[in-house]
Amino acid sequence: MTTESLFHIFIFIPLIGFLLSLFISGKNEKLISSIAFLTVGIHFITFFAYVIYWVMNGHETLNFKDIVLFKTTGYEFYVDFLFDKITAVYFFVGSLLTFMVTIYSRAYLHRESGYKRFFNSLLFFYVGYNVTIFAGNLETLFMGWEILGICSFLLIAFYRDRYLPVKNALKVFTVYRIGDLGIILAMWMSHHLWHQNITFIQLQNDELIHSQLENHSLIGIFISIMILITAAAKSAQLPFSSWLPRAMEGPTPSSAIFYGSLSVHLGVFLLLRTYQLWENQYSVRILIGILGFATSVITSLIARVQSSVKSQIAYSSASQIGLIFIEAALGLENLALIHFAGNAFLRTYQLLVSPSVVSYLIREQFYNYVPRPLTIEDSWPKKIEYSIYLLSIKEFNLDSFMYTILWNPLKRLGKKLNFLTLKRLFIFFIPAYVIGLICLYTKPNMPEEIHEYLPAFFSLIGLMMVLKSFSERKNVMLSWILVIMNHFWVALAISFNENFTYSQVHFYLSGIVVAGAVGYICLNKLKSIEKNIDLNQFYGHAYEHPKLAFIFLLACLGLTGFPITPTFIGEDLIFSHIHEDQYVLALFTTLSFIIDGLALVRIYARVFLGPHVKTYHETPYRSS
Amino acid sequence: MESSISSFNEHQVLHELKHYLPAQAPLKDFIHHNTLHAFQNFPFFTALRKANKIFGYSVSLSLPEFRSLYHTKKISDTILEKIIANKKGEENIKIWKEKLALQAYTIRCDPRIGQLRSNWKKEYNIDLDLLIHPTLFRVLCSYLDQGIAIWNFPAHELGFLASIKEMERNTYSSFFKTQRARDLLLNNSCEIKDLLKLIVGDESLYKQYIFDQQFAHQGWSGMASTIEDQPETLLDPKKISLKDLITFELLLEIDALDHKFDKIWSPLAMRLETKPVDLFAEVEETELNEVFSLWQEAYEWSYYDEVLTGIRSGMVTKKEIFTKSFQVMFCIDDRETSLRDYLEKLDPNCETFSTPGFFGVEFYFQPEHGKSYTKQCPAPVMPKFLIKEIGIKGERKKDVHFAKHTHGLFRGWLISQTIGFWSAFRLFINIFRPSISPATASSFSHMDRLSQLSIEHKDEQPNVNGLQVGFTYEEMATRVDALLQSIGLIKNFAPIVYVIGHGSSSVNNPHYAAYNCGACCGRPGSVNARVVSFMANHPKVREILKTKGMIIPAETQFIGGLHDTTRDEIVFYDEGSLNSVNQTIHSKNVQTFTKGLDLNSKERSRRFDSIDTKSSAEKIHKKILTRSVSLFEPRPELNHATNALCIVGNRELTKKIFLDRRAFTNSYDHKIDPEGKILVNIMKPLGPVCGGINLEYFFSRVDNQKLGAGTKLPHNVMGLFGVANGIDGDLRPGLPSQMIEVHEPIRLLIIVEHFPDVVLKTIKSVDAMYEWFINEWVNLVVIDPETREFYVFKNGSFKSYEPDTQIIKIVDDITPLLEKHTDNISVHVIK
Repeated sequence: MTTESLFHIFIFIPLIGFLLSLFISGKNEKLISSIAFLTVGIHFITFFAYVIYWVMNGHETLNFKDIVLFKTTGYEFYVDFLFDKITAVYFFVGSLLTFMVTIYSRAYLHRESGYKRFFNSLLFFYVGYNVTIFAGNLETLFMGWEILGICSFLLIAFYRDRYLPVKNALKVFTVYRIGDLGIILAMWMSHHLWHQNITFIQLQNDELIHSQLENHSLIGIFISIMILITAAAKSAQLPFSSWLPRAMEGPTPSSAIFYGSLSVHLGVFLLLRTYQLWENQYSVRILIGILGFATSVITSLIARVQSSVKSQIAYSSASQIGLIFIEAALGLENLALIHFAGNAFLRTYQLLVSPSVVSYLIREQFYNYVPRPLTIEDSWPKKIEYSIYLLSIKEFNLDSFMYTILWNPLKRLGKKLNFLTLKRLFIFFIPAYVIGLICLYTKPNMPEEIHEYLPAFFSLIGLMMVLKSFSERKNVMLSWILVIMNHFWVALAISFNENFTYSQVHFYLSGIVVAGAVGYICLNKLKSIEKNIDLNQFYGHAYEHPKLAFIFLLACLGLTGFPITPTFIGEDLIFSHIHEDQYVLALFTTLSFIIDGLALVRIYARVFLGPHVKTYHETPYRSS
Repeated sequence: MESSISSFNEHQVLHELKHYLPAQAPLKDFIHHNTLHAFQNFPFFTALRKANKIFGYSVSLSLPEFRSLYHTKKISDTILEKIIANKKGEENIKIWKEKLALQAYTIRCDPRIGQLRSNWKKEYNIDLDLLIHPTLFRVLCSYLDQGIAIWNFPAHELGFLASIKEMERNTYSSFFKTQRARDLLLNNSCEIKDLLKLIVGDESLYKQYIFDQQFAHQGWSGMASTIEDQPETLLDPKKISLKDLITFELLLEIDALDHKFDKIWSPLAMRLETKPVDLFAEVEETELNEVFSLWQEAYEWSYYDEVLTGIRSGMVTKKEIFTKSFQVMFCIDDRETSLRDYLEKLDPNCETFSTPGFFGVEFYFQPEHGKSYTKQCPAPVMPKFLIKEIGIKGERKKDVHFAKHTHGLFRGWLISQTIGFWSAFRLFINIFRPSISPATASSFSHMDRLSQLSIEHKDEQPNVNGLQVGFTYEEMATRVDALLQSIGLIKNFAPIVYVIGHGSSSVNNPHYAAYNCGACCGRPGSVNARVVSFMANHPKVREILKTKGMIIPAETQFIGGLHDTTRDEIVFYDEGSLNSVNQTIHSKNVQTFTKGLDLNSKERSRRFDSIDTKSSAEKIHKKILTRSVSLFEPRPELNHATNALCIVGNRELTKKIFLDRRAFTNSYDHKIDPEGKILVNIMKPLGPVCGGINLEYFFSRVDNQKLGAGTKLPHNVMGLFGVANGIDGDLRPGLPSQMIEVHEPIRLLIIVEHFPDVVLKTIKSVDAMYEWFINEWVNLVVIDPETREFYVFKNGSFKSYEPDTQIIKIVDDITPLLEKHTDNISVHVIK
């Protein structure tokens, strides 16, 4: 067997396990957990054996260009796999922990109503994790990245009938989406810098990298900073740190491996993976170092004042990751890897035994009680001490900061678009779109200046659509249709920009149309059963319509460009048609992709998740 | 001057509020109690109706659940008809049966609580809870924290609000976003009334507003209120009052409103078109209420009736055993009944008793090196005695994973790269070979087996903190006498009398205290067992007893022990004190105990999915042991789940009846207590203790979301005193779903063997006790010792009761049934 096909097996084992697990009845706990156990177990053991073989045989870096998913002149979208020391360490830690947590959860989740959902999400997460760490180029990595994002959302909102898990899942998803923004823009710029979808292995080619970077140092810095934003968002660095403790809403084992260890260390992975890219950009390295340092100081202060076990572990984990960022910036790859593994193991275990803290610490306290041990802070001037304590309790306002800089402006902008109603949409925007289309086909003589601004203008209209969709409070249908229309406007904008062939347009829009229609039917059906649904509150309809909820989730994923429809590739394709100097167009388009993801997940959450509106059964308090 | 009389009496409102808030103490002192204790002055079904309408609690099984119980014959048709006939008249049986079984009802829960305050969202479009709760909970948790945070709340001596004031005065930061709230705190007396005037405006709504506000986070408010009333429940004492909490929350509300509306907003009452219904206004009874109460009674009596029939056909007459091998006293706990059955089966010459597990000796216990005391008796009792432990062997093991320095920046850096790898190994071991670790809460570690206890009071010994160290012989004798009288063990002593307390071991279980002995304040009963055995063995005590007419033969020795109900292990204390004859007898008895424990674990295993009940008892026992120390096992044991009965009387009543571990039992011999003097002391705690356990399970089962703690899997430990979901949720009092999922919500049936008139006089003798019975929070049936007739207590008097159940199955051996069934097994008579 060639090494290449061996790698296929390694990627496909988790995928097959995941797909199998979807088709088993939720009542059959044993079978579900056995599939998860076997999948992760076989994967771990076989691959571990391979890793030993690989280490013995010189551990050279392996790279395969795999399936080409789409090809056209000057553009090629392909899956690429890379295997080296970094992947090996991440694989070892990831699959060992997932394996142990799978066994742990078999008994731990017994009789829990979401038993199947949990293992589905766990396996899907494992698929995403493997795709990410084996990825050989940004496109492949982005595929895994998207899977991880949605799994995180599903696992945080695992207790979907309660308010706080759903609210926090949305919060975390928002931060992840910002991370996605970084990756998309980094991919876009690197297309133009190297005129191809560059692989990580190519980054090691000094000539290729340096010659380009020297001439385009600003572009290089831009790409690096985008990657840093993504890494910081994923690894809970400043200013995003406050999402990490809030992700601890699911069952303890899932919090332990995802937010204690695996998910949160992927930002570090991204930095290590792209090290060669920013190795010679000292300004970027200093920036990473400062960011890591600031995070570790501030989050360890916050960790010191936490009075709940899980938030304490979360913040101390974030502060260690800050140190790992510094190690990465210094180029200490091995140290960073060891630190990663140690931190991941330690925090996972600490979270898993966290419920024991009561009996253990009470016992300790019983025998060793000292009224108020003095801490370093007691030596500070009172006013300083109180101020820093208060700031730490308030998490340095990091949580509200995310609101003020992100959520609120978006909402405010969206509210300005209140004139967009379903009626006006049909009266004005559809005709406008048709005119746009006619212009596109007939190509009338247009002054160059106007033509130049049209793409940005159209994409701005698209952006308006999603902003409105995101802030809409009443009409679910309107919100849904607006997201679909956004994609059409984006397609139109790009078509004006460059020679975007019809086949490419169709390729891009095919997923949108199908997913859009499916989602529309779902919502219509739900509306006919439940009458009133709006976006002003959580409805929790998954309680009565779990299947519909699942199908609608798939539709949302399709519409948001998740790697299950051609739209995923289409989105990448679109960026290849945006020139490197069209910052405005790129920004508008990226923003509308990001916000459409948020708008869709928001629709899904509001309609299907949260406390059920019907109260004929036990319902939880909102504050629980 | 205001001319109108103030309608808002702050003191009274706070008092009432405290009454309704959850009363659960911090986790380490978890004691079962009636969750709806605030409604206990009403009859049971009235209380349910009120609790449902006022606070939105679900208070019974759902209609579909009842109907499916009816279809599976768990609710008997005859009983149902009988109950309808009683309540609604013979002629209406058909109509009501149809309503119960078929009619569709729209069920919607619109509680009155929260309606007033919901107007913020409706009228002002502001979500106050969302804005305030995270800050409020965080500040509160940090203030009360018992030892999770590394850096503690800096100002703490002054009380909650005063500490906040002190910090607010000396800071560059602030608790608030706007100036007015800050000024109000710093420069104002901050009376609740004045703040409410700003926020609500209409005095007649103040009370309701405060209730709405506090019940939006009843977990935290309940904790603050409990700590205010029992500050000693925290090892690291914190001064807090509900008033402080409300004041701070009101300030935060003003702050949030000022922030959103730039100080321009009018009080809530101004925008109110109609006043909401008063919280405590009369709650009308609806047909649906009646449907539910009929179902509930039919459900309960279907089971009770089967039990009574069982007792009638299975009752045996006392056979005097002449050569007794041993006698053993257990706790009244429902988890001990099956073990008693097995011991008696394995050794027909033994005799078993049960009595509340503190064995009548009340004291505080101070383990060696312990910095404070633990109470070793029922919670309401205030002991005057202290027992100290001395001479322990061995050391407590530590676990670095709970150490605070793992969270430091630089030490964390070192630790994560070194010990981090050790963690992976530990986790691996823990998953594949679970074993006892420092993380385990083990019942046996409560007291060192080989330590000594200061049980004898020496005259020269000074009191410690107002407590007398040890007991005088007179005090000992009184207690031993009372204990033996109450269980009817006054003659025919066996060579060895075992006194076995109970406790539990579990890991990863914040509710560990709930698994221990309730009569010992949520601790294992080992110390009490040892203390009372010492007393009963002491020659001087025996002398005094002799003068009271209680003669314990010199060769009879008492031995204390502890039964771990999770692990099914018994440890005996002071075995060395046995004389050589008894040593031999003891070693034989130990074999009986070992076998009994194996069989007991086999019986328990039928509820556990991970264990095959068909295997041999020894094998199963090994698995049970592993289970008790497995990190990933959320159900180390099922505790009191399925409890439904409490039997006060001679062992012969139920000796041959299989009750599936559903009964509390209290040994009692009516013959030596014709006037019921002993019975008063036995029955007084049955309501609060057994009834409390029963009702806590009841309500946690019927509304696990609002009255229970929900699933324990996402629980996060807050400040070592409570659990919440995630990091910014409300505290979750009550029992987690894993503890109650197999529970059948049936009120406790207390069965007493005595004459009805004596029992009636007994329960009427104490008002607090009578409330439990007259308001039907527990049901009561009396068995006349002479006629063997049943009498049921209803509306203040006893009425004769004739069981309806036709057939009670008779079996030789219960084992095949245990191996086959995983759910509740009906009553069987054992041949």
